[in-house]
Amino acid sequence: MEALLTMSPQALIAQLLIGLINGSFYAILSLGLAIIFGLLNVINFAHGAMYMLGAFFAWLALTQVGTWIGSPDISISYWLALLLAPLAVALLGMALERTLLRRLYKLDHLYGLLFTFGLSLFLEGIFTQWWGAAGQSYPVPEALSGAVRFEALGVVLPKYRVWVVFASLLVCLLTWWAIERTRLGAFLRAGTDNPRLLRAFGVNVPLMITLTYGFGVFLAGFAGVLAAPVYQVSPLMGTNLIIIVFAVVVIGGMGSIGGAIVTGLALGIVEGLSKIVYPQASAITIFLIMAIVLMIRPSGLFGKTA
Amino acid sequence: MSNANSKNGLRSTSGVPMLKVDDLHAWYGESHILHGVSFEVREGEVVTLLGRNGAGRTSTLRAIMGMTDRCKGVIQVRGQDITTMPAHRIAHLGIGYCPEERGIFAGLSTEENLTLLPVVAQGGMSLDEIYEMFPNLKERAKSQGTRLSGGEQQMLAMARILRTGARLLLLDEITEGLAPVIVQRLADVVRQLSSRGYTIVLIEQNFRFAAPLADRHYVIEHGRVIETITKAELPSKQGVLDELLAV
Repeated sequence: MEALLTMSPQALIAQLLIGLINGSFYAILSLGLAIIFGLLNVINFAHGAMYMLGAFFAWLALTQVGTWIGSPDISISYWLALLLAPLAVALLGMALERTLLRRLYKLDHLYGLLFTFGLSLFLEGIFTQWWGAAGQSYPVPEALSGAVRFEALGVVLPKYRVWVVFASLLVCLLTWWAIERTRLGAFLRAGTDNPRLLRAFGVNVPLMITLTYGFGVFLAGFAGVLAAPVYQVSPLMGTNLIIIVFAVVVIGGMGSIGGAIVTGLALGIVEGLSKIVYPQASAITIFLIMAIVLMIRPSGLFGKTA
Repeated sequence: MSNANSKNGLRSTSGVPMLKVDDLHAWYGESHILHGVSFEVREGEVVTLLGRNGAGRTSTLRAIMGMTDRCKGVIQVRGQDITTMPAHRIAHLGIGYCPEERGIFAGLSTEENLTLLPVVAQGGMSLDEIYEMFPNLKERAKSQGTRLSGGEQQMLAMARILRTGARLLLLDEITEGLAPVIVQRLADVVRQLSSRGYTIVLIEQNFRFAAPLADRHYVIEHGRVIETITKAELPSKQGVLDELLAV
């Protein structure tokens, strides 16, 4: 605590913003997980692998596509990859949902969890086999290189990291708006509540489930592309993150859209602050909070009580 | 009654029932719950499915709507077989379903619940017409659907299927647990719908509610129809009916 009190305001703000960056990844990933769990009732353990795929697809698009098509000069830029890589992840996710995951809906949650865990190991294994376990670097796009000075706060931050926070918040808010304020979102909310009845009313729920899974993993792929220039692009990059993201979803409340966003951002900041107060405990802060929340409010901070 | 139907092309072909169920068997998982239900409803008729709790009335409606795990036999709507049709396509044949538990979506407001269902045929009621029929719903339009009173939720469950243009309505226990004044209100609504040419299959425990409304009654027991009583036969068969429905 003394460290916190003696820290300069600039350093504190910088640390908070770093927490916000981590929180942005937590928010966007837990949002995808919450959407998928809400409608499919599947605990998607493959979400980390989908995040990894997003980053890898962007890296492959930048560095390998040209070689594959015999024109080494051709590459797909970051901005294009920001759209195309998540789309590719979404298409793969929808194919997996339609062919494999769908068979498990009538079974216990555990089967979905085991399947997606196995899928995650499979995808990570394939990419490790092809590209090795060591990370690949992805350059920061030129337009976002360098730093930006926030005069009012007296801090200087890398432009790219500011962009990550902005893009994540924008996507999270747009997703929240689409779910809570549009007719399409009303179908999703109704389907989350009672999919069988919604289907009897004439809504193609199986298609809705496929599209929802596709959108959930699109978000993971989008986060992966955002993360590529920040972290090393490696087959295991999603493994560590996904455990924290699951904790975020549990704290926010399984299936709660708003809860996933708010909790993701808040826990990123709390984790950032814990690095100042007691760095040794920062790795377990989120899990400690999860344990406390589970004891006091098992349905999560924003979840519906049974 | 039939002008609107004719305009929408919804009039049954002469001689073809609006709904025909023949030797219907259905299962939930391994449980065999219907054992050969047979009945039919002609356009513009109101029929009831009567029986004790657990007799198979609700399961019959759920099987028609494709909500059981498996079914065998014949279900035809205007001559078209729907027994193995995907559940989401059945409603688009012009069928509206009002489930026993009302099925109000908790995450949606009253108005969202009202406007959510896809339009399945032309000629559905407009929001204004619905609000005229159920004024309470207009006052509570922005409230969460599940926060309405039991009677209001029942009105909402009825109203939302009237918006879709469905002309064949499957209504499951719409008076259950409601105050007499609301039951009377719903009886008026069913009577009004019947006079407008809607075809209605009604499940009811409250026989005093159902008797004056229905053209025919089917008594279900152990998953099959065991007695058919027309409106004209009702006075002479009241004793049989009382015996069959006695707990």
